[in-house]
Amino acid sequence: MDLFEYQGKQYFARYDIPVSPGDATDSVDEAVAIADRIGYPVVVKAQVKVGGRGKAGGIQLADNAEEVRKHATNILGMDIKGHIVHIIWIERSSDIKKEYYASFTLDRPNKKHLGMLSAQGGVEIEVVAEEDPTAIALLSIDPIKGLDLATAQQWVKDAKLDEEAQAQAAELLIKLYRCYTEGDCDLAEINPLILTPQGNVHALDAKVTLDENASYRHPEWEAFRVNETEDPREKMAKEKGLNYIGLDGTVGIIANGAGLAMSTLDVVNQVGGTAANFLDIGGGANADVMAAALEVINADPKVKAIFVNIFGGITRVDEVAKGVLGALEKVTINSPIVLRLDGTNAVEGRAILLPHLNDKLITEPTMLDAARKAVGLANA
Amino acid sequence: MSIFVDENTKVIVQGLTGGQGRFHGLRNRDYGTKVVGGVTPGKGGTDVDGIPVFNSVKEAVDATGATASFVSVPPKFAAAAIMEAAEGGITFIVCITEGIPAQDEAVTYNRLKQEFPNVRLLGPNCPGIISPGKCNIGITSGDIALPGGPVGIVSRSGTLTYQALHELSQQGIGQTTCVGIGGDPVPGTNFIDCLKAFNDDPETKAVMMIGEIGGSEEENAAEWIKANMTKPVVSYIAGVTAPPGRKMGHAGAIISGSKGTAQAKMDALREAGVHVCQNPTEAGEKMVEIVRAL
Repeated sequence: MDLFEYQGKQYFARYDIPVSPGDATDSVDEAVAIADRIGYPVVVKAQVKVGGRGKAGGIQLADNAEEVRKHATNILGMDIKGHIVHIIWIERSSDIKKEYYASFTLDRPNKKHLGMLSAQGGVEIEVVAEEDPTAIALLSIDPIKGLDLATAQQWVKDAKLDEEAQAQAAELLIKLYRCYTEGDCDLAEINPLILTPQGNVHALDAKVTLDENASYRHPEWEAFRVNETEDPREKMAKEKGLNYIGLDGTVGIIANGAGLAMSTLDVVNQVGGTAANFLDIGGGANADVMAAALEVINADPKVKAIFVNIFGGITRVDEVAKGVLGALEKVTINSPIVLRLDGTNAVEGRAILLPHLNDKLITEPTMLDAARKAVGLANA
Repeated sequence: MSIFVDENTKVIVQGLTGGQGRFHGLRNRDYGTKVVGGVTPGKGGTDVDGIPVFNSVKEAVDATGATASFVSVPPKFAAAAIMEAAEGGITFIVCITEGIPAQDEAVTYNRLKQEFPNVRLLGPNCPGIISPGKCNIGITSGDIALPGGPVGIVSRSGTLTYQALHELSQQGIGQTTCVGIGGDPVPGTNFIDCLKAFNDDPETKAVMMIGEIGGSEEENAAEWIKANMTKPVVSYIAGVTAPPGRKMGHAGAIISGSKGTAQAKMDALREAGVHVCQNPTEAGEKMVEIVRAL
């Protein structure tokens, strides 16, 4: 789960990482009240999970209540690259002497943690990596040993952070590492990490991705789930506990297993179609799950055909077939359904469907045949 | 020959008394796998359909001489179960558990490497391993595999592994071993480990490698293939049309920035002399063609 900036800063604060004082709101009046409370000047920042909000006018400085009111009114409801602003973050404006970059993520090839630290912050780190790779100090961290203060102190020197920032930065990095590990982040990134003229180091931005697999041990994450997705289809799928990603095409996809679902998207594309979604109903999918999946796809007005691609392993194909029939009894499915069924109990599954086959319920012998059929129907 | 397991491999199931563990453990035994025991703390002395249950891995290993373990426990307990297996004397651990936090996986991987360098972990979040006709540990349906070789399969995805087995078996092409390495960010066994083993196995004549978006395991494998592989490799990479920044089901399947794309992986593999195919069916057909020409 990707967090909004304000959520990331709230998460950082739990680990004692210094951030600018501020608060989030969805109302103009509340924005003014927050600004009055924290003191002017303040920055009004649009909360969207997409880059480039500054350029779009989503970050504005305000010196008094009137300006806060004006900016808050403009920014709330603003469309930034297709993301509507529902929440703004009001924080005390910071004087900036220097901008740095710091992050922790998993180094997948080496199976260790990777710390990245640079004295060149405030710009995209990919650009720095491209133009001047020596400006980034990389630190490989053994997950068993962790990051100690002595290592962090040497690291800030290696990254050539200003001397007056080094002690505070080293301490902050220890806290950020704790947030990353104990806080179960896939990514914990601060860009920019700033040094103020007064000699203080703190996080001016927060980019945090949480590892959903760890949600069982973080009840506090529930609060972050507001406005998690804009897409009404994804909201509906989430409510039904489905692993769904909305796309723009016309062929609705239901498959079991992440790899097969991805592969189904690819094959639809290869035969000239476009997928409306990614949907993995998982191993062990039963009739109820299949019915829920069909309902979600059916709610997508762009869908013109549905491709159900099942290779039974733990999932039993006869269960899948029952689920399809069950769903057809419960709701009117608008689009024709093309099924490809193989694997565990495939013969039984196909037999269950046989008496019900018609021009809106079709089976095909192979994945490729089924893709062609579904795409043909969608493009017709 | 097979890699990592064979007809003599003695297996215990950690979590045999649970729903999944029981279902798959018994299915593995029915396939002919030597499932010699189960482990569930507090249930020692009981049995599951005649398979004795022990309180700890150590007890099970002492009593049965098992060398392999099938870990089928919920994500919360999986890391501890893997470590218990290693500490109890198991040298080959298959963990099918999906949903283990990445931080736990990173710690477990490094602890195994440092404290138990001779232990191999397969998974987590993988379908397991099957050497057709000899040994099946995990959740693969044995009936879609065909004994006798000559193809070795290694795959990051479960259902695509079944698809690959199915494509080959239907054409009468058998498999030496089929290994599902799993879709998580920190897999215990990677492509190169399997490619090396297949390269050294005289009965394996060709290898099918199924990858997906995310990480750089396929690129690393391509480098290794280019320098070392003496057998033909056919490959398929899932996720050509996957959008960046979205996890496609597997925790490890995500394109970050320009890294981890299917295109980059296919280019690297093609450059290494691998037959790169556009979909699983095409990969199956290509492999059939290669095997028939052997």
